[in-house]
Amino acid sequence: MGSYILKRLVSALPVLLGITVIVFLIMSLIPGDPATAILGSYATPDNVEKLNRDLGLDKPMVTRYFIWLGNMLTGDFGRSFSLNRPVIDEVLERFHATLILAGTSFVLCAVLGILAGTVSAARQYGAADKAITFVVLIGISIPSFFLGMMMILLFAVDLRWLPVSGMYAIYGGGDLPDLIWHLIMPATALAAVATGVVARLSRAAMLEVLRQDYIRTARAKGVPERRVIMGHALRAAMVSIIPVLGLQAGFVLSGAVYIEIVFQWPGIGRMLVDAILKRDLLLVQGGVVFVAACYVLFNIAVDVAQSLLDPRIKT
Amino acid sequence: MTRFLKLLFRNRLAGIGAVVMGLILALVILTPVLPLQDPYATDLGARFKGALQDGHILGTDHLGRDQLSRLLWGTQLSLLVGLASAFAAALIGSTIGVIAGYFGGRTDNLIMRAVDMVMAFPYILLALAIVAALGPGLLNALIAVAAVNVPFFARNIRGIVVTLAGREFVDAARLAGMGHTRIILTEIVPNVLPVIVIAMSTTIGWMILETAGLSFLGLGSQPPQADLGSMLGEARAALITHPFTSVVPGVMIFLIVMSINLLGDGVRDALDPRLKSGALSRPLPVTTVGREGPIPAATDDLLAVQDLHTQFHAGSRIFRAVGGVDLAVRPGECLGIIGESGSGKSVTALSITRLVASPPGVITGGAVRFREADMIGASYEELRQIRGDKVAYIFQDPLSTLHPLYRIGDQLAEAIRVHHKVPKDELRKRAITLLKDVRIPNAESRVDNYPHEMSGGMRQRVGIAMALANEPDVIIADEPTTALDVTVQAQILALLNDLRREKGLAIVFITHDFGVVAQLCDRVAVMYAGRIVETGPTQAILDAPAHPYAKRLIACVPELGHGRRELAAIPGLPPAVDDLPPGCAFAPRCDKASASCCEGDVPLIGTPPRAVRCLYPEENV
Repeated sequence: MGSYILKRLVSALPVLLGITVIVFLIMSLIPGDPATAILGSYATPDNVEKLNRDLGLDKPMVTRYFIWLGNMLTGDFGRSFSLNRPVIDEVLERFHATLILAGTSFVLCAVLGILAGTVSAARQYGAADKAITFVVLIGISIPSFFLGMMMILLFAVDLRWLPVSGMYAIYGGGDLPDLIWHLIMPATALAAVATGVVARLSRAAMLEVLRQDYIRTARAKGVPERRVIMGHALRAAMVSIIPVLGLQAGFVLSGAVYIEIVFQWPGIGRMLVDAILKRDLLLVQGGVVFVAACYVLFNIAVDVAQSLLDPRIKT
Repeated sequence: MTRFLKLLFRNRLAGIGAVVMGLILALVILTPVLPLQDPYATDLGARFKGALQDGHILGTDHLGRDQLSRLLWGTQLSLLVGLASAFAAALIGSTIGVIAGYFGGRTDNLIMRAVDMVMAFPYILLALAIVAALGPGLLNALIAVAAVNVPFFARNIRGIVVTLAGREFVDAARLAGMGHTRIILTEIVPNVLPVIVIAMSTTIGWMILETAGLSFLGLGSQPPQADLGSMLGEARAALITHPFTSVVPGVMIFLIVMSINLLGDGVRDALDPRLKSGALSRPLPVTTVGREGPIPAATDDLLAVQDLHTQFHAGSRIFRAVGGVDLAVRPGECLGIIGESGSGKSVTALSITRLVASPPGVITGGAVRFREADMIGASYEELRQIRGDKVAYIFQDPLSTLHPLYRIGDQLAEAIRVHHKVPKDELRKRAITLLKDVRIPNAESRVDNYPHEMSGGMRQRVGIAMALANEPDVIIADEPTTALDVTVQAQILALLNDLRREKGLAIVFITHDFGVVAQLCDRVAVMYAGRIVETGPTQAILDAPAHPYAKRLIACVPELGHGRRELAAIPGLPPAVDDLPPGCAFAPRCDKASASCCEGDVPLIGTPPRAVRCLYPEENV
């Protein structure tokens, strides 16, 4: 197993490198001159030239790429001009908040989605199946940012059950219950679409598996039906559900951008949008590379989980 | 096409989706000619009017602009932008895919590596990076969304083109001296076009949502121009004080996405032929029972099948797989059921503990009695306790009948554990003993194997060991040796025979091979089209078959050392059991058939133990 993980990590290196190349290329699409963008249009040519030299922008592109890459490898992602602090500090702080939100949503969507799909398949065409199918249809059709806004209206403004926004209460709070209190709405809104997708897929996978001969064998052995569904069938269905969970993690991470805006969550998505609007490109660049790299590593974890589940995969 | 539309509209939800989408499209097309107010005319005195106030059907927004007008123009813009980015992504992605797939080799490798790298991003990061570089704006958002979706098309189209590029007609075009461009345009593109269209239709809703999302973040359309996303984004500032302004564009996005989803599902279902046959429904834990007629009285046999009828209901068609079968076994006895594929022998066997897949299977008559208790009328729990404990099965093809993800030791242990409370270490010992019983070498290490780590013969032995786990009274073996080579088959038969003698269990052995029957079975029942056509002691039937079908079946078995004998195949095919003619089902293939064979039911008669269902039997029994 250890050698398999190592092999996967090594094979991820070119992908990680590719990510930096793509981000670098996209950033070089910027029309005009970054120094002018930072200094504003009233800057003197002298100042622009000086800043260009300070930022290393007078060097050829390939050289600039390797300088940037080398700096990143030593943990130096540059300095955000709009926040006047190292990019990596800001990114780590914000990513921490995103991880709490997106991680919770991911767990929610995996657990609820698989559960709903399994029940739906086991009770195919029954009342529970129809109800779940209907809710799932609504769930995958409603944009997460709109769902979030409607939840705020209902649960925070009308019913006053939950806080409107933020990660912690402004006065007092700051402890775990306070965090969970603030997390309920954004995490649910963020999980909605992914839960629907996972539920649909789990239902289809379960229906496929339940028709297999080994399910008949389990029943012929006298295995109780609950165990046939939750043990034999679900275990086999997980083989096709897990890769989709990996994909959904990407969608949850993406959806977090909207949810962070709607709920004023101090995560990396909101940081990126702010940075784009302020044209703080080093911050955008650093944030994108960092999150993409984490996502690649997460997908390796998904592959490892898959190989643990399915002994037929050669490790 | 009309059939496709019919299928699509038979799905009520897809119909709703089509209607909603049609309405929205009609509104959007009519927007320029509708008597709407100017969407940009601000009136700060009339801010946040509610619905139906002052001639504003949907009220006004934070600048006093007419919401209805803005909604329709915004919808138009959102749909156009979504469509445009879908087209752009499809065009660029498909071009890349076609080039990679057609040229293959290093071109393919290089392109697909790049595509993989782009796909390694969570999609919004890439879109944000592009918008960051190009600056906020609707066109830039469009470019970003299109770019993010390019890899999806590239990958899908490449997969298809790779197979196309290897096909004969492409080779032919190449030999005819056509250039690459011409081959791609005339031979490849027309073939992938339908796939591109389908891929586009599945992503278009998604792209509308994504562009709306970027606008919502303030990175797409810039004021005063507004698509649905930026309308929602602007309205958010007044969400708590004036929620209605947010609800209007939000509901519109929801309706668009939902109708596209419904339509997409409908299209997919209409295109998936498996759904039409109803094959996608999962089997229930027990076969459905809908018995008509009286339930036969109990006998003193160990296991008795009495006038069993099992049918498959597929749509309006009814397949009578088993049409009145009587069988019985006593302890220590081996009964063979023999017949061609489709004769109903496996369905008979599965009906015994109600394992026939249901839907579509239904048991419509008769009884199955184990120690006099009727299993067809039993509850699930009663049946479960008999399954595997008293009556066990050995199935054909052990690769698909053993669970691929559990160690065989665990599968054996489970068979015991669901019926008896046994401590864990004891279970493992029992599993090893069972493996030894079926003559598996190195049982101590084999017990931790997964099914895919064993050979076919070994897996079949595991299947047998599993059936023996609780020392059942009856074993039903459904072609357990069909997938095996002859030497392994002989070993397995000898093994079953030994076990029968050692443990006194009764075996119902299903096969299409008279050679196997001769080796193992005391008595045999020959099945044809869901009914027994002849039954009696094995040796008697082998020596002097009475039914013409049985005689022909026996003649099909080649015998070693008896060269020069002519092997006679039976011409024709067994009849389809959804439309059986009256009288003898074998008559169309029988050379002794006369008109009377097709007039009414032929009874199964004879002096016990033999009986035959024929008006002109080969032998009188």
